[in-house]
Amino acid sequence: MSLPFVVFFACAILAVAGGILLILAREPIHSALSVILVMMSLAILFLLLGAEFIAAVQIIVYAGAIMVLFVFVIMLLNAGSEERTNFSHIAKFVGVPLGFFLLLLTAHWLFHSPAGASIANGPGSVDVPDTTTRALSMLLFRQYLFPFEATSILILIAVLGALILARKEQ
Amino acid sequence: MTAVPISYYLVLSAILFGLGVVAVVFKRNIITIFISIELMLNAVNLAFVTFARAHNQLDGLVFVFFVIVVAAAEAAVGLAIVISLVQNRESLNIERVNLLKF
Repeated sequence: MSLPFVVFFACAILAVAGGILLILAREPIHSALSVILVMMSLAILFLLLGAEFIAAVQIIVYAGAIMVLFVFVIMLLNAGSEERTNFSHIAKFVGVPLGFFLLLLTAHWLFHSPAGASIANGPGSVDVPDTTTRALSMLLFRQYLFPFEATSILILIAVLGALILARKEQ
Repeated sequence: MTAVPISYYLVLSAILFGLGVVAVVFKRNIITIFISIELMLNAVNLAFVTFARAHNQLDGLVFVFFVIVVAAAEAAVGLAIVISLVQNRESLNIERVNLLKF
């Protein structure tokens, strides 16, 4: 087994373990920490795919900013363990198989979509150009300049909306 | 040095997305449900990056960038809604939010 395979399987197992821990965890803070584990391992996978800019953004913005916001709100609201309701038998015998069915359906769809079919038999991972970030910035600030500027308006509106929503009623 | 096949990444992405959907359906804490949505967005990001690499086009990476920006905006507004909800309902349980339930 070569090094990329080892790194891939280590990160994949960590990511899936984090996802399962998210479901099993009773406390919201444990769920948040397990999702940070998933995000970190996905960042390493992005590096493996040659998207170093996205890997850095994943760590800085996702794990650094968004999840810190979640953890902050969990601490602010003093969120304890979630109340147990009796887990109905319908959920156990229908819900769990349906979840796995959805998973299989997604994998099946990914393979048999035109895009998926063309790469399932393809040469696998292509060689990575070493100027990805440079080319990405060219694309982002030329072809996608308008959506990029529009996201700044979106962030501004989101900040205003969050301020108004979280304000205490007078 | 052989590279990892593209399909492995897609299967991992599908597994993570499925786990996110299961968590949204099963969890009762509203903050945990929000976190599960972030997990699904992450799975989709992995698929985007994988397809971008497979086709050697960088547009997918730009879309991942936009997905992350929209996720940040969504988290800010969503958590503000959670805070005002807790101020009204005194509970994080999603079962208590049933005014519009049929």
